[in-house]
Amino acid sequence: MSKTLFLGDEAVAQAALDAGLSGVYAYPGTPSTEITEFIQNSKQGRAGEVHSIWAGNEKTAMESAIGMSYAGKRAMVCMKHVGLNVAADPFMNSSITGANGGIVVVVADDPSMHSSQDEQDSRYYAKFALIPSFEPSNQQEAYDITYAAFEFSEKYRTPVLIRLTTRLSHSRAGVERKAERPQNELHIEENPKQFILLPANARVHYRTLLGKQDSFEEESLNSPFNKYIDGADKKMGIIASGIAYNYLMENFEGGKCPYPVLKISQYPLPSKLIAKIVDECETVLVAEEGYPFIEEQVRGILNRTGNIIGRLSGALPRDGELNPNLVAKALGLPDTYGAPIPDLVVPRPPALCVGCPHIDSYNAINAAMEKYGKGKVFADIGCYTLGALPPYNAIYTTVDMGASITMAKGAADAGLRPVLAVIGDSTFTHSGMTSLLDCIYENTPVTVMILDNSTTGMTGGQDSHALGVLGEICKGLGVKEDHIHRINPLKAHHEENVAIIEKELEYEGVSVIIPTRECIQTLSRRMKKQQAAKKQ
Amino acid sequence: MKIDIILAGVGGQGILSIATIVGYAAVKRGMYMKQAEVHGMSQRGGDVQSHFRLSDQEIASDLIPMGKADMIISVEPMESLRYLPWLNPETGWLITNDQPFVNIPNYPDFDKLNAELGKLKNKVVINADKIAKDLGSARSANMVILGAASPYLGIPFEEIESAVRENFARKGEDIVNVNIACLRAGKEFAEKL
Repeated sequence: MSKTLFLGDEAVAQAALDAGLSGVYAYPGTPSTEITEFIQNSKQGRAGEVHSIWAGNEKTAMESAIGMSYAGKRAMVCMKHVGLNVAADPFMNSSITGANGGIVVVVADDPSMHSSQDEQDSRYYAKFALIPSFEPSNQQEAYDITYAAFEFSEKYRTPVLIRLTTRLSHSRAGVERKAERPQNELHIEENPKQFILLPANARVHYRTLLGKQDSFEEESLNSPFNKYIDGADKKMGIIASGIAYNYLMENFEGGKCPYPVLKISQYPLPSKLIAKIVDECETVLVAEEGYPFIEEQVRGILNRTGNIIGRLSGALPRDGELNPNLVAKALGLPDTYGAPIPDLVVPRPPALCVGCPHIDSYNAINAAMEKYGKGKVFADIGCYTLGALPPYNAIYTTVDMGASITMAKGAADAGLRPVLAVIGDSTFTHSGMTSLLDCIYENTPVTVMILDNSTTGMTGGQDSHALGVLGEICKGLGVKEDHIHRINPLKAHHEENVAIIEKELEYEGVSVIIPTRECIQTLSRRMKKQQAAKKQ
Repeated sequence: MKIDIILAGVGGQGILSIATIVGYAAVKRGMYMKQAEVHGMSQRGGDVQSHFRLSDQEIASDLIPMGKADMIISVEPMESLRYLPWLNPETGWLITNDQPFVNIPNYPDFDKLNAELGKLKNKVVINADKIAKDLGSARSANMVILGAASPYLGIPFEEIESAVRENFARKGEDIVNVNIACLRAGKEFAEKL
């Protein structure tokens, strides 16, 4: 079969489709977004044969997937690493319910924080939930693992996790596909008590889950994705997982490493293979992307063998992505470098687009807040986080989806006046509505600005659940109608917008101001499409 | 044969279309390819780069090791210099547009920037914007740059040309022709140096 060029994300998506996927549930988040987009644009996605509409957030996505599994069909959940925090409740409990139709949870981690607020490592979550996880090292393996993961999930009636990292998600290479498998038939278990997590049932199913652990490790031992490659020189052995395996092999012409190598792409760790390499080799280097997950387990808190090196020992940096050079240095090989960057090269940070509605919103916010001094604007996750940078310097916090409103509330509770929260339309429906409800319940004096650009902008313009209904949602939650304003964020309306913000900042209760203007990126894309349609 | 390229520019300048075309030509020759892209936050007017690797052997890493890139292809002059740590200091070539994209207040002095580019041993510095504009398509500066890089790619020019043709085919004959013209103009410029 010929090869198709796929991003790592796309390879996962194509494999899921080929494995008979019935639904993908996801909230956009870099670097995971392209998985769902690929399915949406696929033949099956466009025809509606596979569910692929964005979910409100990662928790609702995970729950929908458990529901689809309950009904006997194969479901996939996709998110970025911090999204798994949002989905953690159903995710953890899904390991107790187990699966009926296969459930594959795909989490894309972002080491080095290219587009994220932390670099947490999702392998811990899989271990925490006592379920197997997979870590593909290349695009072909991303395909093969995803295809196999559904089988695995159904064989052991357990959800499984696939961990991707940025460089695999967003790197393209040729991938060979497998045969297409039909979707599962609808089938509910005769006695679906496994999904009723009353304590009496949960205790039983927890023991069932514990009982599967030995089989999970046995699978890892015999997995085609874990490999023990012998080498003549036993001075060193290398355990390399996921994409770190590629950085290792890059350092040896034709992939001929003189040392024994244990490649890991399936967890739980196969202890027999770990013991073999630790016993055989004088020193064992652990190369892994993210946290020292393997290294920590192999060396243990006492580090009795003393010969395990990696991110914990300082042989590799404790944080940030790996690359071939860092691995070369850890191997004691000569480092390579071109010429230094000339001094005149200055950083070019990302910025709001020319014509972006957020620019006008921030200009109005800065004008209205000027007399109150710094430190009173709480923001959120999205393009508008760039309001933290010059020339705006307008915001003071960004923590997690929805935190703007509730942090503003906490600060108001502490006595800070006035406080302003800035949140996007999609972030608001993701996790801001319950925050607003907390404010309404206590009539906390907060002014909430929901920047409505009618899309999920930062991740490339996915549909927003709040489209056209933000005012209604706020009214329905209980914000008083005369304290809900829609404003037009344009230079021409600057003065009146500032006046509205100033007035609401003085109000000792909850107000919502909704600057409404379409994202300049989605607008120009829409215009181009319209023009193209006219030409035809 | 193996060629490692760093593609550089500013988010939104479309460096990836260069990779798409070269990738298409390379895969058609049966070569292996890996291409690491930048998606997400940096795309908003920030510096972006792509590691683009072609080889007739299987490729291990998605990232090019420092000091080993055969070429930097950049659509912006300051951005081309940002990746010098990756360029092979002996044999590497730098091919860049000389037209700055100024979206930051502290952009360096143009003369100093040109002087810095002038210090490099193997380089093609080209006003791709003007050539593309003169040929009737300001948006095709990319193709001028690709043309300027083409003599060093190790892929026959006709194959790159047909990849350009394929890539723009659905946009009509006029668009195909102007892009081919830009590609050729870039190649001629580089060959005259």
